[in-house]
Amino acid sequence: MSQTTPSAATASATTPKTNSIVVPGRWQRFRESYLIYSFKRDWMAQVCLLIFVAMVIGAFLAPLIAPADPYDLATIDIMNSELPPVWMEGSDPDFLLGTDSQGRDLLSTILYGTRVSLLIGFGAVILQALLGVTFGLLAGYMGGRVDAFLMRMADIQLSFSTLMVAIVVGAIIKATFGGAVFSDYALVLLILIIGLAEWPQYARTVRASVLAEKSKEYVDAARVMGFRSRRIMFRHILPNTLSPIFVISTVQIANAIISEAALSFLGLGMPETQPSLGSLIKSGFDYLQSGSWWITLIPGGVLILLVLVINLLGDWLRDVMNPRLYKG
Amino acid sequence: MSQAILTPEQRLATHDSAALGETLVEIRDLEKRFSLSGDFLEQLTFEKGRLRRKQEYVHAINGVTLDVKRGEALCVVGESGCGKSTVARTVMGLLKPSGGEVCFDGTRIDNMPPRDLLPYRRRMQMIFQNPYASLNPRMTIQQTLEEPLRFHQPTLNNGEIRDKIEDVMRSVGIDPDWGKRYAHEFSGGQRQRISIARALAVDPEFIVADEPISALDVSIQAQVLNLMMEAQEQRDLTYLFITHDLAVVEHFGTRVAVMYLGTLCELADTRSLFARPRHPYTQALMSAIPRLNDDKANHIRLEGEVPTPVNLPPGVYSMAAAHMPMIAVVSRFRA
Repeated sequence: MSQTTPSAATASATTPKTNSIVVPGRWQRFRESYLIYSFKRDWMAQVCLLIFVAMVIGAFLAPLIAPADPYDLATIDIMNSELPPVWMEGSDPDFLLGTDSQGRDLLSTILYGTRVSLLIGFGAVILQALLGVTFGLLAGYMGGRVDAFLMRMADIQLSFSTLMVAIVVGAIIKATFGGAVFSDYALVLLILIIGLAEWPQYARTVRASVLAEKSKEYVDAARVMGFRSRRIMFRHILPNTLSPIFVISTVQIANAIISEAALSFLGLGMPETQPSLGSLIKSGFDYLQSGSWWITLIPGGVLILLVLVINLLGDWLRDVMNPRLYKG
Repeated sequence: MSQAILTPEQRLATHDSAALGETLVEIRDLEKRFSLSGDFLEQLTFEKGRLRRKQEYVHAINGVTLDVKRGEALCVVGESGCGKSTVARTVMGLLKPSGGEVCFDGTRIDNMPPRDLLPYRRRMQMIFQNPYASLNPRMTIQQTLEEPLRFHQPTLNNGEIRDKIEDVMRSVGIDPDWGKRYAHEFSGGQRQRISIARALAVDPEFIVADEPISALDVSIQAQVLNLMMEAQEQRDLTYLFITHDLAVVEHFGTRVAVMYLGTLCELADTRSLFARPRHPYTQALMSAIPRLNDDKANHIRLEGEVPTPVNLPPGVYSMAAAHMPMIAVVSRFRA
């Protein structure tokens, strides 16, 4: 800052008004932004992003890069079951990370499973964020009865645990439409269940920061200008509550992935035929004692790595997204 | 900011003489009370075997009647808690009055639906006390200044908006090249000038300034004050200036309204008020101004605390009479 100020001042003093407004392109502005500047200097963020991007690409390109298709029952041979990873004795070079109890290639299954876990994690968090941010903004900005109503709704919602909602919804769907329908729509249902169960986390966080922001004079200034409530809420207050939203989002993505794993582990989530990381851990759990540790521990390690990387990226993003932290 | 600054009377004289003296903003019997009792359930009390609803209020303003004339700088003074900021916020429509009315240019605006109010919003603007909170920290200066213009004058194209903003930025002494920066990159005085620019951008006629210089450094206060006076000369502005600094009033105001406990004690021309304060409270207030030749503390001391504005007896004037004994116990010339 201290170096640019004098040069900018002299430039405007010496040159006429014509070239004073140079609007840089969007890409150039992005490249010169503090986000990139800070990213280039933070090796932790770089490593995390690298791992995260690798996992996301691996997961979403799974049909192209996976050695086998775990959804295709025709390629699975039960005789290959419980083969260890290649570096152990008795392994088959075709199966890099070994196979699970049904003879599926573990590497391919993990890639497909990560895709399912990521889809559920992001889907659920987007749903949570949409509901939670809207309700939180409304409750905080409108106050009064709207606030009381929405926050009581949130309390009621929070008193149901995710697990209980999942059990009830799962039981109802299975009883009315049958297990096959549940398996077909398991992904969507899990997104809905985790998304609906956790929106109060967002709503409460957003409401708290809206209450703090609402009393600041820039909100009064916007009201004096005659802006409508919606514009003030979404254009003036919401950007100032972004840092808590970002922090909670990363925590919630990690939470949603873990919730999904827990539900699948309990048999309430993804079916065996389209395994997520959670259902993989579950399917290997029975074999843990008999020496086939890789079926559980390798997907477990992937899950831990995924959650850790997301959390670390979230921390970094939180520090960067707050302009008061770096330039104040 | 270097040219000679005119006295308030001279500034008033530069205005179009036909419009002079015409009332721009009319405040009639304005009342504002804030409930202390919370929601309905909290208001219920159990007394002598039966449920009763009990409500308590803070009476922030009790029937203030005030005319702001076109082209003047009407200063509202008073100690903290006397309701002067509430008057400003009620006039701007940030608070709904509990009673009375506010008229702008002959039209009653306090009960107007927000949509109909828009044309008036453009004509009246506000400058806030705390320049550290009154600019949105997530918006660049350019965005902060552009938004009201785009909102109120949607017919302007990008070039016109840019020209206008450059114009207004220059007029408050801010380099237009600074537009890409955020508010936290500026000092308090610069920020206050930016918020003045925001108010001026929509070409208002009337500006309510709620203690605009009290959060600033003493060295910056004069700068900002002079800037506001220049803007008044150039743009024919009318000010309602809330302050507790009497030196500022003497320098800036054409008329002064003294408030005490939510009521108006005295309304007079600056010169006559400073020469002959009539109301005892005004006299006490005047005597509190430090003077250079002050070798003995001869200011009037008010005994006791200001009465709390909770549950004041109904009837404003009886209330005004009720506090008179407090001023009667003023002990003069305490050594």
